[in-house]
Amino acid sequence: MITFRQRIRTAAVALVTVTALAACGGTTGSSANGTIEYWLWDSAQQPGYQKCADAFAKANPGLKIHISQYGWDAYWSKLTAGFIADTAPDVFTDHLSKFAQYVDLKVLRPLDDLGPTSDIKDGDYQQGLAELWKGQDGKRYGAPKDWDTIAIFYDAAALKAGGVDPAELQNLTWNPQDGGTFEKLVAHLTIDEKGVRGDQPGFDKTHVKTHGLASEGSGGGGWGQTQWSAFAGSAGWQATDKNPWGTKFNLDQPALQDTLSWYFGLVQKGYMPSYEEIGGASAIGTDKQIQSGTAALGLSGSWMISSFTKLTDSAGKKLDIGLAPTPIGPSGKRASMFNGLADSVTTLSKQPENAAKWVAFLSGAECQNIIGQSGVVFPARPAGTQLAIAFNKSERKLDVTPFTRQVVDKTTFLFPVTTNAADIAALMAPRFDAVYIGSSPISSLTKLNTQLDDLFKVAQ
Amino acid sequence: MVTTTSIRSAKSGRARNGPRDDTRLALLFILPALIGFGVFLVWPTLRGIYLSFTKFNLLTPPQFNGLDNYVRMVQDPVFWNALKVTLYYVILNIGLQTVLALVIAVMMQRLTQRTWLRGIVLTPFLVSNVVAAMVFLWILDYQLGIGNTILAAVGVDRIPFLSSSSWVIPTIAFINVWRHVGYTALLIFAGLQTIPETVYEAGRIDGASEVRMFRSITVPLLRPILSLVLIITVVGSFQVFDTVAIATRGGPVDSSRVLQFYIYDVAFGRFQFGYASAMSVALLAVLVVVTFLQYRLTRAETSDLA
Repeated sequence: MITFRQRIRTAAVALVTVTALAACGGTTGSSANGTIEYWLWDSAQQPGYQKCADAFAKANPGLKIHISQYGWDAYWSKLTAGFIADTAPDVFTDHLSKFAQYVDLKVLRPLDDLGPTSDIKDGDYQQGLAELWKGQDGKRYGAPKDWDTIAIFYDAAALKAGGVDPAELQNLTWNPQDGGTFEKLVAHLTIDEKGVRGDQPGFDKTHVKTHGLASEGSGGGGWGQTQWSAFAGSAGWQATDKNPWGTKFNLDQPALQDTLSWYFGLVQKGYMPSYEEIGGASAIGTDKQIQSGTAALGLSGSWMISSFTKLTDSAGKKLDIGLAPTPIGPSGKRASMFNGLADSVTTLSKQPENAAKWVAFLSGAECQNIIGQSGVVFPARPAGTQLAIAFNKSERKLDVTPFTRQVVDKTTFLFPVTTNAADIAALMAPRFDAVYIGSSPISSLTKLNTQLDDLFKVAQ
Repeated sequence: MVTTTSIRSAKSGRARNGPRDDTRLALLFILPALIGFGVFLVWPTLRGIYLSFTKFNLLTPPQFNGLDNYVRMVQDPVFWNALKVTLYYVILNIGLQTVLALVIAVMMQRLTQRTWLRGIVLTPFLVSNVVAAMVFLWILDYQLGIGNTILAAVGVDRIPFLSSSSWVIPTIAFINVWRHVGYTALLIFAGLQTIPETVYEAGRIDGASEVRMFRSITVPLLRPILSLVLIITVVGSFQVFDTVAIATRGGPVDSSRVLQFYIYDVAFGRFQFGYASAMSVALLAVLVVVTFLQYRLTRAETSDLA
């Protein structure tokens, strides 16, 4: 805060300096010497993609891939700095919540204009995945690499201690009035410091040792993907008037507000940890909450399978983790958000055709089968998905049907893709935090909805 | 006092070497600093002010949009809240820090002058802001932090230091006091060294107590130094950023969204560099006013010693 020679300076100075420094820091930018720079954020996926890179280099003499991995937060700021300072990679792993903004900033190359990726077919991938990556101009900006859905991860030991048959979890229901069999289960799995369960008389909701349901925060920054999206979806709610490229929002609808009223109400009942308990802004994930015994079960995404199956107790013994589908809601159906990643080519790439070759390879059958066999994520191609299912069954003794069934039964809904995504997240996150904490009523989301709608009136 | 000495030395210099024009040599020595000043301060400030009248996303050329950013700023409740939160932080941070630093400095001067003690007082300043924030984030964690474990062990309820809206700003202010109090104390200590010992001697002969001497000798004679230290620390305090970025990211809700963090978020998170520049200009204006007032009110330019 106090520097040795403190001067009055504007933040503009700081901003420009930061940019300049970021520019100096990067030496991994795009170059034209046959090495293609590729970025991803998930360290668990790096070994699999390294195998793809090796196969690619073998098939394309003279080309090689250099993979850089940065954690989620650093990834996006480094990428931004890279776009400004011309140190961005040739190809990077893209996310649906970010790509619209990059299209607007004109830093992504349309894949249709590049030879190797011009013939990507929507039909080669799980239904609906490829279409998500087309901009409002109809051009394709990302080649699908994987997909994910949401399911319940549970601690088998906690179920056993509570005398719950895991089979019961396969057909849970919920509703916004009394929470259905889902809330009954969560209440039963909640245990206070004296050992009294949440559904027993004398339960002390202010001193809870194990919560029935884990919490990943308010979900305001990502449409409640691993928080409330499965509940709101099974109540028949959609975030926007159309998806992708919606411009009207539905946060004012009773379907959502009733769902959230019930969902965040679980905190008051002691069944779900509060904002303070999970560590506020630096919240710990569902996996760590189950590992530490803070929670018995929780909703999380299929990309977390390998993290969950590696969990150990304090003695170093592997935890027995099970999977169950999201509960059936008032609509009579289950629901899960359906999201996926893709690879994009930057306009800064000095070898776009080579970069496109790599993207075509990443989205091709050979690489996606390699990824499927690594079992970290579900590849976008159906054949790759089958390999991942088989890997989980044979290597992890884990039945991943709760994730895949949502796709087969067509009970998924897509991650809301809109322009102004960064502004939407910046407006939503604090307001949802306030609802989670309990400092604002659910009805405050109606005002938030007007603010979101207004974003599109100004921008368009 | 300072002026007379320099005139005297200049005079004696001229007497020895005869008249000589040092302007060129002086310019040569000043040049590197001048270039740095121009490139890193003057130009970015001017460009920042220009950008505040534009719509700019950093990747496409800025578009002039007049006063739009300023109109939006005046109507933006998050901006006003950020200003309020920042002020609250500055008051807590500077208030506590200055009082503590003064006490430490006076103790260092009046009780013991050991160098290693001065070294210890300065140690937290050697820790980077980011590291300090990380360490306190862990210490103060609601579930796992040693701070809350101790509280729980002595039978007090756990305190959500960084995740409750009423605790968060006092906690961040405390973390930064911990880091900066030693440095501030050292600055004040340096000021104390300029007060002649003879004044204290006279006080002792008149039978004044330590407290009385503190009130009637130390504080008045320290005023110019103290006001300078205040100006420096207040300006720095207004720019609080790293502790917030690491520990809370502005939360819970908006209760630790200080102005610098909001500016950063708007610029680098949302690519609205025009609006971010406008808020930076507003911060600059606030700092100019605050510094001017401080300078005038504390009469920092005059000393009672002369």
